Amino acid sequence: MTTPDGPDANARNDTPHSGHNDSGGDVMRAGGRERRRRRGGEAAMVPAAEFGSYYGRPILKQPVWKMPDVPAYLFLGGLAGGSALIAALADATGRPALRRVGRVTASAAALASVGALVHDLGRPSRFLNMLRVFKPTSPLSVGSWILAPFSGLAAGAVASELTGRLPTLGRLAGAGAAVLGPAMATYTAALLADTAVPAWHEGHRELPFVFGGSALAAAGAIGMIAAPAAEAAPARRLAVLGAGLELGASRLMLRRLGPLLAEPYHRGRAGRLHQAATVLTAAGAGLGAIAGRRRWLGVAAGALLAAGSATTRFAVFEAGRASARDPKYTVVPQRERLAARAAETP
Amino acid sequence: MSDDAFRRTGLGATSLSGPLPDVAGDAGYPDGHPPRMGFFTDTSVCIGCKACEVACKEWNLLPTGQGADGMSGLSYDNTQALGANTWRHVAFIEQPVVPASGEVDALAAAGEAAATGGTVDLGMPTVGAPGDGGVRWLMSSDVCKHCTHAACLDVCPTGALFRTEYGTVVVQPDVCNGCGYCVPACPYGVIDQRPDDGRVFKCTMCYDRLGAGLEPACAKACPTDSIQYGELDELRERADARLAELHDHGVATAQLYGRDPDDGVGGDGAFFLLLDEPETYGLPPDPVVTTHDLPSIAKHVALAAGAVAVAAAAAFLGRRR
Repeated sequence: MTTPDGPDANARNDTPHSGHNDSGGDVMRAGGRERRRRRGGEAAMVPAAEFGSYYGRPILKQPVWKMPDVPAYLFLGGLAGGSALIAALADATGRPALRRVGRVTASAAALASVGALVHDLGRPSRFLNMLRVFKPTSPLSVGSWILAPFSGLAAGAVASELTGRLPTLGRLAGAGAAVLGPAMATYTAALLADTAVPAWHEGHRELPFVFGGSALAAAGAIGMIAAPAAEAAPARRLAVLGAGLELGASRLMLRRLGPLLAEPYHRGRAGRLHQAATVLTAAGAGLGAIAGRRRWLGVAAGALLAAGSATTRFAVFEAGRASARDPKYTVVPQRERLAARAAETP
Repeated sequence: MSDDAFRRTGLGATSLSGPLPDVAGDAGYPDGHPPRMGFFTDTSVCIGCKACEVACKEWNLLPTGQGADGMSGLSYDNTQALGANTWRHVAFIEQPVVPASGEVDALAAAGEAAATGGTVDLGMPTVGAPGDGGVRWLMSSDVCKHCTHAACLDVCPTGALFRTEYGTVVVQPDVCNGCGYCVPACPYGVIDQRPDDGRVFKCTMCYDRLGAGLEPACAKACPTDSIQYGELDELRERADARLAELHDHGVATAQLYGRDPDDGVGGDGAFFLLLDEPETYGLPPDPVVTTHDLPSIAKHVALAAGAVAVAAAAAFLGRRR
């Protein structure tokens, strides 16, 4: 007793009442015999998964985080962290124009990231409750305690940059922001991974590298676009490095997830976003690697990389939502885990 | 970094997984706190009357829910799932009974077991054309599990979710800022956001009633004692006895769900006796609290942050061009 169309059909049958008519039994034991399909040369074949459910209803609650607030918050936080690193290193190596771009980007992106986070709250007026306690078991609490001082330091650095006053304090603030930069670039991966959402949680080893690489690619990209070519070489190198890290870690993550849990990254809207992110990032990295001092090439590469980085966050976000929506991704891996444990203990 | 090493850093004040004999004590309550209280929901005697749902809504003043009048049009299961406005949810399952399987009809046997146990045989319906096995009905009143290791509580950044002296998990509505982190963190899909309000809500095990020495509204209203409230240790003994009784009567499919302190969430404060696999009732078969992997998550984030710093430094090395 299976439905012919896989999980999408399952979702359409998502009416508890269907259990009370003749098709009920079918939906009950619906695993969805997966049609074998190929997308972009990538094999998305999963053997038929038989599993039980309560009339195909989701077991997990889908994240209530808003679109585009939260993916934008993820992207902007990464961009801010990477840009603060670029600003401080440009400062230390005597590249004032790149420093300026880095400081402005870090501060603006951090501010926008906070804005997106606050806007997403069910009670925005209570956003300061985030700093009511420090809770190491909550990546959002730890993240808030990273984001708040980072934003302050980045704002201090840019204020000094734009007014030309207190350059030493500005430099110190910039250095402080840069110290928090790598954490800014990666903590959002812990935020997603520390949930029951299968496509996020099971990828928790690689997701921080995906986001970290993506953050560097975005920050480098803005540097390539906005800084003069004479100073943009490190930004270019960083963007290409970051893009490589993102693409490599992403591949590893999908391999670790296995055919079933990688499926949400290959199907539907998440699949299209993931494919677009891969193409944009790879194209941007290739172009960035050969751009050299040709400014228009650098700008094109930067635009591709920044778009790729943002698309990556949207793809991961959507894949997680899809994996929470279909009980298959909750039940089948847990059943396999139980079976493996039963096989271990005779 | 091992689990223990992570704890020694002081980052994990409480244990993240495994059995925990004194959950309230672990949360910081001094000796002399009340014993851990819980629910044992014996679905083999649930008749699907939904008195628990109604009593819960009345006591806790919950909005009616979907649509203007709260009617989903699904008469057998109007509320469909646990959520911000539904803290007890009665699942209703209709299954074809495969004839001549040699298995004992679980429900008939359960009724018989109940009868021999001194309670009344509820006369569960048998339906269907002559000759086929007919159908059987399963009902189960689902509720927040009040986990020993509660992911919702662990990930809450504001401290709105807290552990009570009874070992239960409760949201403080005056602190919650509606960040929604607890929603995808719950491995059972229990807690949810009320869209028109912004904050999250879930079962409190009637915290306000417990303080006054009353049992929760759902348990009070349950006409068959399918929902039993009491000290968790005692409920576990009662459930073990009931399970043994059902197995003796040939109900091989009867199983306890959430009773085992060695499971992925350290055992549930609200656990169940089921007559089919958990997923049939919409329950995850092997839930694990997400923070079980927090040490690994933290380690990999730290490694990735290190890689980001190294990559940045490397990009600025080399000759100036």
